[in-house]
Amino acid sequence: MKQKHFLMCCFAVTGMVLLNSCTTVKEYQKNKLNDSEMNLSSRKAEKTELNFLTYREGSSGGNGGKTGGGCGCN
Amino acid sequence: MKKLLLSVIGMYIGILAAFSQTTTDSVYKNRKLSFEEANLVSSFYGQNGNNSAVTGGIGTEKLTDISNSIDVKFSGYDKRYRKHSFTGDVGIDHYTSASSDKIDPKTISSASHADTRIYPSINWTMENEKKGSTIGVGVSYSTEFDYQSFGANISFAQKTKNKNGEFSAKISAYLDQVTLIYPIELRPANQQGGDHNDYATAPRNSINGELGYSQIINKNLQISFSGEMVYQQGYLALPFHRVYFNDNSVHIEKLPSTRIKVPLAFRANYFAGDKLIFRTWYRNYHDDWGIKSNAVQLETVYKITPFFSVTPFYRFYQQSAANQFAALQQHTSADEFYTSNYDLSKFNSNFFGAGFRIAPPNGIFKNKHINALELRYGHYQKTTGMNANIVTLHLKFK
Repeated sequence: MKQKHFLMCCFAVTGMVLLNSCTTVKEYQKNKLNDSEMNLSSRKAEKTELNFLTYREGSSGGNGGKTGGGCGCN
Repeated sequence: MKKLLLSVIGMYIGILAAFSQTTTDSVYKNRKLSFEEANLVSSFYGQNGNNSAVTGGIGTEKLTDISNSIDVKFSGYDKRYRKHSFTGDVGIDHYTSASSDKIDPKTISSASHADTRIYPSINWTMENEKKGSTIGVGVSYSTEFDYQSFGANISFAQKTKNKNGEFSAKISAYLDQVTLIYPIELRPANQQGGDHNDYATAPRNSINGELGYSQIINKNLQISFSGEMVYQQGYLALPFHRVYFNDNSVHIEKLPSTRIKVPLAFRANYFAGDKLIFRTWYRNYHDDWGIKSNAVQLETVYKITPFFSVTPFYRFYQQSAANQFAALQQHTSADEFYTSNYDLSKFNSNFFGAGFRIAPPNGIFKNKHINALELRYGHYQKTTGMNANIVTLHLKFK
């Protein structure tokens, strides 16, 4: 339970620090952010990796992969 | 004279206005539905270990899987300049499993030693670029010998006013049917023939709710948070998993009929300089079966040229055991639920590898339609002794 609270605090503090340091980035300044490698999701080539990790581990989700349905895994 | 001069100036301005470009802020939008991109992902996966759940937590886990999937995306604009995107996706997996062959060890090679899974899906999204909002719906289907699944989802996303942040929400539901194929020695008399029609089925339903928020921090850094809640209900065990009790009696795996999963994830991507990108991901997970886990992944993208990059990656994962798990002959008849599936045991895992990506401006092999090629290899190790290798090829067509 202590570990859970600690992690939640870490999440909240990291979030607040990062969001506080936000600067408005104009469209013409987004050339690096628009790089395909900067996409905030798993890459297409990870599709099968996410599937097997779902089968082989007791937890899933949080990465765009499946969290239920579509296979015999839990 | 003054009138004449004014008339000439007026005519000149009129001619200029007639031949000049219009100054409206609208840009040309293709109203017809047109091909946007297609992706082909092929992979080969092989694993080995010695804790198969089919044989009660001991025995080979050898398995190979060949997977192919292709998605095709079309998009176009409607009269109100909203962008409609349609994505069709179909995947085919073919696997062979040494342990599944032990469901019925009397046969030389049972029907279950190999299987094919086919899973098509269709998604539609409508993006209002002016308002920064996107809505979407999708349906999916998956079928294999002993498992069928119907899925549906709806999603909504809204960008912030300065278009530097985006809130998203998604709800998915899966209605599944598990075919109850028990180990041969535990099958009822009417199922001894092994005909698919002899087997009963049981439902397994899942509802997933997901909230996410992404934010641009500066010109080089963007982050996202997501939180999910998954509720599963129905037959959540697998009927061909054996469990040996301490009195050496054999049973079918038994797990609770409900499960609530809560994964929380954080992602941050940072572009350092001109050639280096750090992609990081962290997930904290817990469920009401007693599994708590943490996963962290770091991937570095090094751009050797603007069109060629290498991508080494490392992922560390640790989980606690489910309350229902115990090893071979550790369960007793007093246990309400029992499993010897080592995927639900306490373990750590390491997953590491590398890939490369080529996206030349003239296309792969100078074919402009093949936009990018990515090849990726990964090696996976569990502290239980299981290990796996995976090779994936991704081709992007435009």
